Amino acid sequence: MEILLNNRPEVIEGNLLTVNELLAVKKFTFRMLVIKINGELVKKDNYSNALIKNGDNVTVLHLISGG
Amino acid sequence: MTLEQIKEKLSKYTVGIAGAGGLGSNCAASLVRAGIVRMFIADFDVVSESNLNRQFYFADQLGCKKVDALAENLHRINPLLELTILDKKLEAPTIVTLFTTCDVIVEAFDDKLQKQLLIETILEHFPTKPIVIGSGMAGWGSNNLLKTEVLDNMYICGDQATEISPDCPPIGPRVGIVANMQANQVLELLLGKMK
Repeated sequence: MEILLNNRPEVIEGNLLTVNELLAVKKFTFRMLVIKINGELVKKDNYSNALIKNGDNVTVLHLISGG
Repeated sequence: MTLEQIKEKLSKYTVGIAGAGGLGSNCAASLVRAGIVRMFIADFDVVSESNLNRQFYFADQLGCKKVDALAENLHRINPLLELTILDKKLEAPTIVTLFTTCDVIVEAFDDKLQKQLLIETILEHFPTKPIVIGSGMAGWGSNNLLKTEVLDNMYICGDQATEISPDCPPIGPRVGIVANMQANQVLELLLGKMK
């Protein structure tokens, strides 16, 4: 399937992926994240069941300390 | 736009700043200089010695509440500033109440857990409100790695990589650059892109 990940088109294997599966496929290891699917916030508790499908616009922002 | 037109336009908006450390204090100063008149700032910390390497405070303000010290310093730039301060650690309900009337929100916390709480609360309650985030500004040098990424209504300023640690502390120049990138992004959101 093809999704938009942080404004870039990405081809990912499979038709449906949970957020956790996407993070594993993309090897995103940061722990402090803000995730949106099609503009809607997905909270950490839902990373294992929120589904990403073909054509979705996914935003993964990782946060780092400092300021 | 002339300076007068810019000030006139900016005077109509309210900017909320979450955190009055290296990012928040410098971003606030820059925005007040640019012409923002209405501002909300929340922070629960006091000014300490280690802050003076990057934050908009002075040695004679050590031990003062940051929001009080910042209010004093910002009023020295513009005595007519309409500033609302909150000396409190932010939790979700307070975030919603505090920022509901703000046109733009600046995320200026140092701790990533707090950053996440703020951003998630804003996205949940105000899904379209612009939020200008600072992420990755520890250390020194590497000017050209500092950038702004736009993800929907989130504007992320910084290198998105350098985390603070004992060997990579936050220092004035780089933190100040990112604070001013945030202020500059706020201006672009409020004034529109420069033609």
